[in-house]
Amino acid sequence: MIAIINYGVGNLFSLESSFNAINQDVRVITNPDDLKNYDRIILPGVGAFEDAAKKLFASGMAGPLIEAAHSGKPVLGICLGMQLLFTASYEFGLHKGLDLIPGSVRAISEVIPEGLKIPQMGWNALNLAGHDGIFKNTPDYSHVYFVHSYYAVCDEKFITARTEYGADLTAAVQNKNIYGVQFHPEKSGSAGLDILRAFCEV
Amino acid sequence: MITKRIIPCLDVRNGRVVKGVNFQGLNDVNSPVELAKFYSDNGADELVFYDITASSDGRKIFTDILRETARNVFIPLTVGGGISSVKDFERVLSCGADKVSVNTGAINNPGLIPEAARLYGSQCVVISADVKKVGGAFHVFARGGRDDTNIEAVSWIKRCVDNGAGEVVLNSIDTDGVKKGFDLEMLKAVCDVVNVPVVASGGAGCIEDFITLFKTLPRVDAGLAASIFHFGEVSIRDLKQRMHDENILARL
Repeated sequence: MIAIINYGVGNLFSLESSFNAINQDVRVITNPDDLKNYDRIILPGVGAFEDAAKKLFASGMAGPLIEAAHSGKPVLGICLGMQLLFTASYEFGLHKGLDLIPGSVRAISEVIPEGLKIPQMGWNALNLAGHDGIFKNTPDYSHVYFVHSYYAVCDEKFITARTEYGADLTAAVQNKNIYGVQFHPEKSGSAGLDILRAFCEV
Repeated sequence: MITKRIIPCLDVRNGRVVKGVNFQGLNDVNSPVELAKFYSDNGADELVFYDITASSDGRKIFTDILRETARNVFIPLTVGGGISSVKDFERVLSCGADKVSVNTGAINNPGLIPEAARLYGSQCVVISADVKKVGGAFHVFARGGRDDTNIEAVSWIKRCVDNGAGEVVLNSIDTDGVKKGFDLEMLKAVCDVVNVPVVASGGAGCIEDFITLFKTLPRVDAGLAASIFHFGEVSIRDLKQRMHDENILARL
């Protein structure tokens, strides 16, 4: 069974619906004690890093989530949820993340040419490092839906997909059982559902 | 690189999709949930639901339909119509909307956009402007294009973006329903002053109109239309294939 962590950031209705659409048993959970009863965990998130990190730590979810990740349970961070998996973010100051993947989160404005719109909002193609893990059902150059102004900077070995927006931006990461996607699989049509389906099978 | 988006707009009243020509003479077209599913399966990049109901009963029917759509359709959903407070934002976001567009609400309450952007993020706040050329100047119109506010449109839209709107839907009243192409002059004026996505609305009559739009104004991010899609005059698949053939980036 899949847990979607609710720590008061953003609406989870679409995410929950997308797992229902692929016939997966899913629950939105608010009680940190419940996390141990699930075998897969989704960390969602929208908005600003600092606010979300504060809420995640204050919710009491961070400890059990880190524990579950270390125990080998598959974890998938989505959008800001992916950014929270990293060591730190440079969004409006320096803020600590969960440190489940070594690396940091930086503004795309530092690397994309001037004139390109920020946030990157819309459908962009995935350049995959391989066809395994959450991308085992995904053809190269599949389009997925992005909305973001920050991106992850980390060791090459963690990057499983990139997308080109004036620069090569990190689109997906993996550190063993810990997965992250910068885009929104729950808003990426059938390509997105394929990725969620694959996550349920890792 | 990011693709140009094609967005069908569904005007919903009393649970049914309607489309007016120049905002008048509405025809019942189809069930919103069915139509949304059809578009999502056939290449739409995003959907706009516009609630044109005035009554509170109608609002309830609308949010039920929105929830049912979000349960079945997995592409971004923008919702507009009757958004005048952050409570309205909350109401539609909790039913599965990803972005909320404000129009008359932002004219009546200049604090709405900054407050919504602070609460939900700029990516979620869309300024939808109904604009018409009046005596050589672009004016913002309120109440579904009925009232001239005498507000100069381009600087007003820029101010909305500076205050936190993360996307602009620019609907030209002059070209809406005329089917002779988008209002390129008006769109250029807005694209020149904002650095957030701009969605062109009003005037599409055929595939060629979208090609002209994206070739003439590369800074336009998306094209929105209603009746030409609802009545099958333009198929989104054919449109996107044509965009691809013309080297305009499209999600096929």
